[in-house]
Amino acid sequence: MTDTSKLQYTAEHEWVLVEGSIATVGITAYAAEKLGDVVFVELPDVGSTVTGGTVVGEIESTKSVGELFAPVNGTVTATNDQVVESPELVNSDPFGAGWLIKVEFESLPAMLSLAEYSALTGE
Amino acid sequence: MTSAPNGIPAPDIERFSPLHQAHVAAGASFTDFAGWQMPVRYSSDLAEHHAVRNAAGLFDLSHMAEILVDGPDAGAYLDYALAGKLSVIELGQAKYSLLLAESGGIIDDLVVYRLGDTTFLVVANAGNRLAAVDALVARVGNFTASVVDQSDDYALIAVQGPNARAILAATAGIEDLGTDLNFMKYYRITDAAFRGQSLLIARTGYTGEDGFELYLAPAKARELWDALLVAGADQGLVPAGLASRDTLRLEAGMPLYGHELSLMTFPAQAGLGRVVNLNKENDFVGRAASEAGPAAGASVLVGLMSTGKRAGRADYEIFSSPDAATSDGVITSGALSPTLGYPIAMAYVAPHLAALGTEVYVNVRSTRIAATVTALPFYKRVK
Repeated sequence: MTDTSKLQYTAEHEWVLVEGSIATVGITAYAAEKLGDVVFVELPDVGSTVTGGTVVGEIESTKSVGELFAPVNGTVTATNDQVVESPELVNSDPFGAGWLIKVEFESLPAMLSLAEYSALTGE
Repeated sequence: MTSAPNGIPAPDIERFSPLHQAHVAAGASFTDFAGWQMPVRYSSDLAEHHAVRNAAGLFDLSHMAEILVDGPDAGAYLDYALAGKLSVIELGQAKYSLLLAESGGIIDDLVVYRLGDTTFLVVANAGNRLAAVDALVARVGNFTASVVDQSDDYALIAVQGPNARAILAATAGIEDLGTDLNFMKYYRITDAAFRGQSLLIARTGYTGEDGFELYLAPAKARELWDALLVAGADQGLVPAGLASRDTLRLEAGMPLYGHELSLMTFPAQAGLGRVVNLNKENDFVGRAASEAGPAAGASVLVGLMSTGKRAGRADYEIFSSPDAATSDGVITSGALSPTLGYPIAMAYVAPHLAALGTEVYVNVRSTRIAATVTALPFYKRVK
């Protein structure tokens, strides 16, 4: 089980796991629950350059479309093929098997701690 | 609940269903619908949708409007006020109809039940309650008939799915049925009782499955809801919210007011021309405009299907080719069909694109995705 206290968070309801210069990104359980059943995920191409704070993908549910924001500037080194195959992983395991992209970065912006993110969502 | 001195609820005050606590206890997420806090889902939209197709779902529809029409002229009055010929429906029969404006456009779509020789129950959409009541009251004129908004006196619960009849039959407390459930045809209503309180059971619904809609006073609604869940526990019955209700009716090709139907829509554009009975000898509101029909070149409602998984949604524009500069239509409802597994939509398109098999392009957030015009409904239950 992912230790959510070891993750960092954004105001756009993403979680970020930092390991060396690689950031693994997904959406939080809060976001997944608000979206409802995820039925389609669109992710950026591996190798593409992303700019922090911009929309790089989509997480589409039965009722609505959520945007995936890049939390950092960098290069996409991997995307989760399993989630593209089985979008429901975002709902069943948003912090684990439901990860979305990995980005190689040079510098990390300030992000929210679990406590700060929880304060944001009121949960 | 508070209301203004004239009894009409103030528009910015949220209303709650008599079943609200049941939804809270079941873990529902809520949304505003026509000024009411209603459950959008309890567990998962997809699970609730599949439950209705494979077993049964339980819906709270207490926000809908019920208007009682009564009097010696009730039938003749409805023939004037509505698009169809209601005076000839039998005791216990239900009929889908339209409330038209003089312009020929649609104020609401509704179901009318004949409850007696001179008594009809008109069931309208929650969002159009005030508009429907106003229009119906205004149309009484010299007819000897009373039109009374009784919406607050009714809770409404729907059980929809292949197991619906068995669940109802097994529900403790439902008794005194005027017509045995085994002999109730579709689009019929019968009187009954639930623990001594008057109950109406209609074999109607909005999901494309077999099912029943249960009308009763709010006082025992929670008991009935709970009794249905007990009876349905070993039949796969689950509570189902508005999200699944929308994907179910879309698959069944059923229009939703505010999407496929509006004041700007002529019934003939929406494939509902036959609901307007021009063979009626009497005048009716919207008659002249209906006889004239929509303007030449008016858009037409079609079904669309796509491959892949990206669904066109309401308000997405439609083009005749991948690079056409101007749009030739718009989607009114769309989703990835849970039962069929591919994107489906209802859309208004220019008449020259309406033939079955026509390929059109939907603008899905700046990517043009191909879709094919297809017949409605998308899904039909095996009888």
